Amino acid sequence: MTEPPRLTVVGAGPAGLAGALAAAARGVRVTLVDAAEQAGGQFYRQPAPALGARRPQALHHQWRTWERLRDALARHRAAGRITHLTDHHVWCLERESDAGPVTVHALRGPAQEVGVTVRADAVLLATGGYERVLPFPGWTLPGVVTAGGAQAMLKGGLVLPGRTVVVAGTGPLLLPVATGLAAAGARVAALVESADPAALLRRAPALAAQPGKLAEGAGYAARLLRHGVRTLARHTVVAAHGTGRLEAVTVAALDRDGRLRPGSARRIPCDTLAVGHGMLPHTDLAETLGCTLSGTAVRVDAEQRTDVPGVWAAGEATGVGGAALALAEGHIAGRSAAARLHGTTPDPGRWAAADRARTRLREFATALDDVYAPPAGWADRVPDGTVVCRCEEVTAGQVRDAAGTLGAGDLRTVKLLTRAGMGWCQGRMCGPAVAGLAGCPLTAGRRPFARPVPLGVLAALPEKE
Amino acid sequence: MTKRLTCDVVVVGAGMVGAACAWYAVRAGLDVRLVDRGPVSGGTTGAGEGNLLVSDKEPGPELELALLSARLWAELAREHGAAIEYEPKGGLVVASTAPALDALRDFAAGQRDAGVTAVPVDGGRLAELEPRLAPGMAGGVHYPQDAQVMPALAAAHLARASGAALHPGQAVTGVLRTADGTVYGVRTDRGEIHAPAVVNAAGTWGGDLAALAGVRLPVLPRRGFVLVTEPLPRMVRHKVYAADYVADVASDSAALRSSPVVEGTAAGPVLIGATRERVGFDRSLSLDAVRALAAGAVGLFPFLERVRALRTYAGFRPYLPDHLPAIGPDPRAPGLFHACGHEGAGIGLAPGTGRLIAQALTGKAPELDLTPFRPERFDTDGGDAR
Repeated sequence: MTEPPRLTVVGAGPAGLAGALAAAARGVRVTLVDAAEQAGGQFYRQPAPALGARRPQALHHQWRTWERLRDALARHRAAGRITHLTDHHVWCLERESDAGPVTVHALRGPAQEVGVTVRADAVLLATGGYERVLPFPGWTLPGVVTAGGAQAMLKGGLVLPGRTVVVAGTGPLLLPVATGLAAAGARVAALVESADPAALLRRAPALAAQPGKLAEGAGYAARLLRHGVRTLARHTVVAAHGTGRLEAVTVAALDRDGRLRPGSARRIPCDTLAVGHGMLPHTDLAETLGCTLSGTAVRVDAEQRTDVPGVWAAGEATGVGGAALALAEGHIAGRSAAARLHGTTPDPGRWAAADRARTRLREFATALDDVYAPPAGWADRVPDGTVVCRCEEVTAGQVRDAAGTLGAGDLRTVKLLTRAGMGWCQGRMCGPAVAGLAGCPLTAGRRPFARPVPLGVLAALPEKE
Repeated sequence: MTKRLTCDVVVVGAGMVGAACAWYAVRAGLDVRLVDRGPVSGGTTGAGEGNLLVSDKEPGPELELALLSARLWAELAREHGAAIEYEPKGGLVVASTAPALDALRDFAAGQRDAGVTAVPVDGGRLAELEPRLAPGMAGGVHYPQDAQVMPALAAAHLARASGAALHPGQAVTGVLRTADGTVYGVRTDRGEIHAPAVVNAAGTWGGDLAALAGVRLPVLPRRGFVLVTEPLPRMVRHKVYAADYVADVASDSAALRSSPVVEGTAAGPVLIGATRERVGFDRSLSLDAVRALAAGAVGLFPFLERVRALRTYAGFRPYLPDHLPAIGPDPRAPGLFHACGHEGAGIGLAPGTGRLIAQALTGKAPELDLTPFRPERFDTDGGDAR
């Protein structure tokens, strides 16, 4: 009897889980590699078992979907079809030839100091996304957290980031963050959204196909109302104030061109600001494998295949669109990978439902993207003295100087001349802000190491002949 | 958008060598325009470590150029030292075995005769210079003239301070020549720039620019990977490398060679550099290369085992078959001057190269004999070891 083909899935969020389940159900031996202690990713982030949460579902929607994924994963693990490697932080993927195996290099251990390699015939990248945060005066004060970070504290640690919270920025994530914080007992002083959600209504075709999404949005709105949360649409946080830690924020209204309305500034006392400006795809691992990007996302075909043989991608990594889209894409990727690994050509008719959902949800994601873009002119409002790159403490003025008088025309040169993006986060945090301030496009980061790697782990890699 | 500009000199390539050519040419009284298809420091300059080394060079024309450049770097640093992170930290070459140490000391004796300060250090005294060096080394040689700059900053600041007009993001698409072959400027994607002199400081792409002028210059890329660690307090004081690095630099082998140079930086990270491979312009990650770098560095400094590498990147050294740069006028295309092919030493050799080019442009006697650097030498000697 021949060995079943092997697939490594990187990431155990919605896309990775759906892909792993679909492939495992079709005779593929799956290794699911994930940085967290439990499956679920950011969307279905679970409280640590030691916290003894009695009703974790209170912090989630689509709990039923999660239960189905969780139970299926447990069955496949029990049957030996899926190996789930938790607490494995992947730093690099390597493929020696077009037909050769894919090697996943990961770190594990309390300090991520132990090197681990996993080999398989193919890989599905479900690496998710990360939050974009644009700078403003005071954004580095303690008490300012990312919107996703606040949500993760709540879902994973069952803790509130503060007592009086302002949720601000732009994007569909702000609504669940505000309702979640309010439901958990925080006073949400305001939800400050720079876009005009009413503009979504003008994208009627994309919306009409999304009755579920409309109901979801209406549900959030109702809950915000119930908690007495004030929503300030077309407003932005101009500055965060405090000595030592956050005490208040100043918000102001935006006109149609994204400029501040004179005289509209007002101060809102708070001890926490949860801020986010949308999501960006995690593409480091795909880039190092040589996958072509389209914009900032990994480019895939109708089967979720990248242009590198044996490498599939699904979920936010291929374009930010939410958990439902990630599930559809992951499912298609898993089925395609299973068929291809068995040496057959898949029949897309077999996943027609997922395909229809994918089409619909991608249209919706495009509409959201247009509506929830950061306000025009945000970069001009960042004063020269504001720190943009926190790791290396580079200010907006230094970035402007590099672009203006030193002749830097791209992100890489700005980085070389200012050190913005050279620190611990390697520009994942500040990249979009630096690009905006320098007036150059946000280009792929060329980060061969998806996370810091001890030199001892590198030195111990097997030597090739 | 086709405006026609005129000036005395067009320097093509806004890397370290081009910036130095612009700097010295303007100081010689010339009106200079510095053109690059990309940003300032966008090529090999932005991928280098900023080694200003005399220690790795055997006696000969390159060492003479390195010694001239070391003096000029010290001069430039008086004005720009802080902005370009100039550090006269010195180099320390170590040998792990007695035979390797003997070879190193012979090499150093020859360098001393050529004007290099090279101080032998007994194995027992290495720790005074580098407290965290692995114990048990046979000994080493200390080179106080070795120094370091942050190359991207150095090129950008020198280019800006030179007084030359900067044209980043403007690609040269042709070299203009009269019927008798004399060069009179360049064609770019944004119009022509007319000048009686064009300097080829295009680095790894110097061969392509030469071809636009109708002459052959066999510049080839030699890939190198650099590892960059998390920021640390100063743990490594000098540029430290193993004695076999010198053999690697001079090697003709296409295979991966990787004796590491380990050094701390003003900004905190430790840089580990110097793989050498001939693989064309392939930027994709070679785990074999970074493994070799990491292993070599941990061998020299055991504390690095637990230190994390934040990133790695590849650059392409522009090299010519005899491992010497092309510097000076090209008799095959009057008006064309070359300043490229410095391999991994372009940052260190840039000021000397710029000074020699400025002297050639103004008809002065060059400070060094340009014969070994003649750009046409590969036609006459048949020395193209491609």
